[in-house]
Amino acid sequence: MTFEGYATGGFYDELFNADGSPRPEARPLVERIEGLADGELLRSQQAATRALLRMGITFNVYHDGHGTERIFPFDVVPRIVPRGAWHEIERGLRQRITALNHFIDDVYHDRRIVADGVVPADVVESSQGYRRECMGLDPPGGVWCHITGTDLVRDGDGTVYVLEDNLRCPSGVSYVLENRAVMKQTFSKIFDGLPVRPVSDYPSRLLRTLEGVAPRGAGRPSVAVLTPGVHNSVYFEHSFLAQQMGVELVEGRDLVVNDGALFMRTTRGLERVDVLYRRIDDDFLDPDCFRPDSVLGVPGLMRAYRSGRLTVVNAPGTGVADDKVVYAYVPAMIRYYLGEDAILPNVPTWLCWRDRDRAHVLDHLDELVVKPANESGGYGMLIGPRSTAAERADFAARIAAEPRNYIAQPTLSLSRVPTLVDDRFEGRHVDLRPYILLGSEPFVLPGGLTRVALTKGSLVVNSSQGGGSKDTWVLA
Amino acid sequence: MLSRTAESVYWMSRYLERAANVARVVGVNLNLEIDLAGLAEEQWRPMVQVGGDEAAFAERYAAPTRSNVIEFLTIDRTNPNSIASCVAAARENARTVREIISSEVWQEINEFYLDVTAPEARRFALHDAVRFFGSVTRACHVVAGTKSETMEHGEAWNFSRLGRFVERADQTSRILDVKYFLLLPSAGDVGRPVDDLQWSALLRSASGFEAYRRTWGLVSSESVVAFLLFDRAFPRSVGYCVTQAEVSLHGVTGTPMRRFANRAEQLLGRLASELDYTDAGEVVGGGLHEFVDALQDRFNQIGDAITATFFRQG
Repeated sequence: MTFEGYATGGFYDELFNADGSPRPEARPLVERIEGLADGELLRSQQAATRALLRMGITFNVYHDGHGTERIFPFDVVPRIVPRGAWHEIERGLRQRITALNHFIDDVYHDRRIVADGVVPADVVESSQGYRRECMGLDPPGGVWCHITGTDLVRDGDGTVYVLEDNLRCPSGVSYVLENRAVMKQTFSKIFDGLPVRPVSDYPSRLLRTLEGVAPRGAGRPSVAVLTPGVHNSVYFEHSFLAQQMGVELVEGRDLVVNDGALFMRTTRGLERVDVLYRRIDDDFLDPDCFRPDSVLGVPGLMRAYRSGRLTVVNAPGTGVADDKVVYAYVPAMIRYYLGEDAILPNVPTWLCWRDRDRAHVLDHLDELVVKPANESGGYGMLIGPRSTAAERADFAARIAAEPRNYIAQPTLSLSRVPTLVDDRFEGRHVDLRPYILLGSEPFVLPGGLTRVALTKGSLVVNSSQGGGSKDTWVLA
Repeated sequence: MLSRTAESVYWMSRYLERAANVARVVGVNLNLEIDLAGLAEEQWRPMVQVGGDEAAFAERYAAPTRSNVIEFLTIDRTNPNSIASCVAAARENARTVREIISSEVWQEINEFYLDVTAPEARRFALHDAVRFFGSVTRACHVVAGTKSETMEHGEAWNFSRLGRFVERADQTSRILDVKYFLLLPSAGDVGRPVDDLQWSALLRSASGFEAYRRTWGLVSSESVVAFLLFDRAFPRSVGYCVTQAEVSLHGVTGTPMRRFANRAEQLLGRLASELDYTDAGEVVGGGLHEFVDALQDRFNQIGDAITATFFRQG
């Protein structure tokens, strides 16, 4: 199978130059693929799909109350990130996470950044992830956002932008690891001799990060992963991470707070938990503190956390920085806390609560992408150039009613990667979600989740809306 | 380990064992059918009785014909004891303990599930039944072997083994009860010459024919009872299963054998000793059916005690 006739179509292509020649870092891969026997690539693709199903690497989709398990569609052509570009991304992410962690800590202490007029108090307090209950708390080591999955996109001119910071419970890292495992299993010859950086040590890094923030005095800390349960759409990931770290996967009903410490119910009675990597939102953590109707959490958990006998990861309240309005201030935060310019730029963003910005947005709805400040999964968006007049009118009304909840950005021309479509290659739009761990130092996993919009022309890469994924090769 | 997790591992194994038993029992009937050039409905009815699901069957099917019984016992998801339902339940339990069982075990159970719930499974079960039931039995063996070879032999493994042997003891006693009743309707029939083909089939449904032959030689009803209830080396005899369940239970708790530290150990140990000191003559004399009934009660009490001791403490 060859790339003959493959056209970049005027988009930035991650593997090919505009003139149709492979980029230097992609040339060995392109040569290998072209050297395969007829049908071999397609067979590898099918074998990979089968393997994912057999391995049960699935997510749950809900329709009319019935859940079904689906695999996250996988495309066998990898995405390549050359060494130099990765170096910049890594530096940029380390810088960004460091600043964001300063910001969260500042929000829940002195709010110097507000006092100094850099971020308005309103913006902080109206963020949906802001938790008054966390004022004055000091998580171990001063770390709030231990685990982040930052979404990056590349625009038509090749610039890499940060699209959003996912600081709550970013998911997807299990697919990064399993995609690589499946590639090695079904298509090992394609790697032969290429300097692809390994990703498989992520669970060890994660475990070290979690153990590193245990309350003082815990001998070998007891770590557990808290899941909402088997019906959660990414349950597979929760169980995968617990398994790979060799720690317990717990549900709220397995846990109880006794004497201000957290315990799990085991066959030998109660056992202490020192560090809880929770994969449920703040709202559901503790019915005594947050939503009283939550059955997923544990009554008294926040008491244990406040008393310092339990570490919760990511720290409750971290979500204050996971808001698309706060996002717009991240470059200012980087300057304020670190005295540096942002290495990775933000996508230019109009904030609808500012009168001038809102006027501009309403005038240009047909060109912009409008997003609710606090949704994830790609829901509730307006993609201006593809919208109908009725949709635009609907969004104009929504923006007028709730200006704080909407932001707008230019419609980016997302980069593409060749993707197997029937028996040929076609360009499909991608994004990239690297994962960052923050302990005493930030660590960026050399790889990430490349999500691909499998529908021709689509810009929506979310798994719930027709997205798939690719292995991501960061070259050494 | 977590109580919830222990319970899931335990039930995962029980459901798999149940599926294996259905496959074994039906598979033997299929063989018999070929030998006898066809079976009457009387030969298919007991297949439903073994699972204790006669009422549920009667609600949905007119008569215990071959195809009705096979459908009911294999792919009918409304029957909670069908192979598909058992494997689905085992897999659902496995899914909640993926981080505890090895990836290899999970993958085998998941593949097993995908196979028996695939749309083609119906055709396979009804039209190529011998091979279908063979494949189910084999899949269960593969899971058991994979567990043994890839899981650490610690607490989870012991709970899994406990579930397997408790379920198997229960199933073997049911097979014996139902078939015995069919083959020897009255106590006066004991000792009369028996239908070698039918009794051999009973032994085969517990995968015990070859082992029986080596120990006992020719088939007699009393020695079949002795073999299936008390044999110390045959891995499907009730006595063997109860002893192994006891070993696993003590593996979980660390309590020395012949001592007990909780209700489950007490009840299981008591039953094991009783089986050690009972013989087939006493069982047949007092009525096999009554004996098996009493056994079933004991199994239920033991199951409840395991739940109360480990899964739902206070």
